[in-house]
Parts: sequence; C-alpha cells; structure tokens
Amino acid sequence: MHATAADRVQSSTTTYLICVAAWAIPGAGHLWLGRRQKGVTFLIALVLMFVTGLWLEGRLFPFEPSQPLVALAAFADVGIGLSFFVAKAMHAGAGRVVAITYEYGNAFMMVAGLLNMLVVLDAFDIAQGRK
Amino acid sequence: MTSHLALMALFALFVSIVFAALTRDEPREQLLFGAKLFAGFVGAGIVAGWVLYPLPF
Repeated sequence: MHATAADRVQSSTTTYLICVAAWAIPGAGHLWLGRRQKGVTFLIALVLMFVTGLWLEGRLFPFEPSQPLVALAAFADVGIGLSFFVAKAMHAGAGRVVAITYEYGNAFMMVAGLLNMLVVLDAFDIAQGRK
Repeated sequence: MTSHLALMALFALFVSIVFAALTRDEPREQLLFGAKLFAGFVGAGIVAGWVLYPLPF
C-alpha cells in the first residue's frame, strides 16, 4: 500500500499552505493530504450549504467594527473561503430581511463558514501527524 | 421552500454530514454516526419546539 501525503509529517510551510488551501476551497486540504473521500464530502456539503444560504436570501455581512455582532457574523461568513468573495463579486448575499427564510439563510452561511474552520483545523492536525 | 421543519432537517443533514466525516474515518462508521447525529438533531428540534409551544412570546 502506498503511503499518502497524510502519513508523513509536513513541513511547517507546507502545513500553512495546506491550511490556506483548506480555507479557500472546502476539502482542498484533505484532498492535498490524500484523504479523498473526506475532501470530496466537505467540498460538496459545505459549498452546497453555503449556496443554500444564498438561495434562502440570507445576507453576507460586512466587516463593521462599530457593530461587533455584525463583525462576528462576517467573520463566520468568510470562513467558507473563496466562495464568500465569489458571491460578493456576483452581488449575491444582499439579504432580504423581510423574506421568511432570511434568518435561515444567515444561519446556513455562517455555520458553513464555521464548519469550514473546523475542517481547516482537522487538515492542520493531519498535516502535523496527529491524526 | 418555507417549511421550518424541512429547513431544520436540511440544516441538520449538512451539519451531520460534516461532523460525521470529521470525527470518523471509515465510511460505514461515518454513515452510522451521521444517521445518529441527524436523528438527534431533528428529534431535539421537535422536542424543543413542543417545550416552547406554551410560551406566549
């Protein structure tokens, strides 16, 4: 059986590159480390969850330091990586506060970002040889 | 789709899939743990809904 990238401890530079890739594209870190099934699962589930949040008319919150809760929501949103910036560039995620699904949309997008942060930490642990 | 139950179930499905893949390595274990998580999330949501039902606000 061939050793996968995950079976070796990565250098610190590679580890941080893996973390950046894992943040930018959900599951990319696991794919890089040879955990193909997990990587594909994260890629499909997290991107689909984020897109569902957009479809439910949730809002991509701006970084607003004067409103700490809005800034925290923006921090959670940006956890999904490049998808956040692509959605912003496409003028998606404006949010329609009177939509019945508005809060659901927010929850879907924020939780997708937060779950991706957990996925990044998992990729970090694998790259460090802890898992 | 505006059904609260369906949206709650969809949310629970996504979270269960990610947690199962994060915490279990074998696909069979992931499936079992994911199914238990999903049932737990949906069941807890329904129970919480019934508990909160009598509240006037």
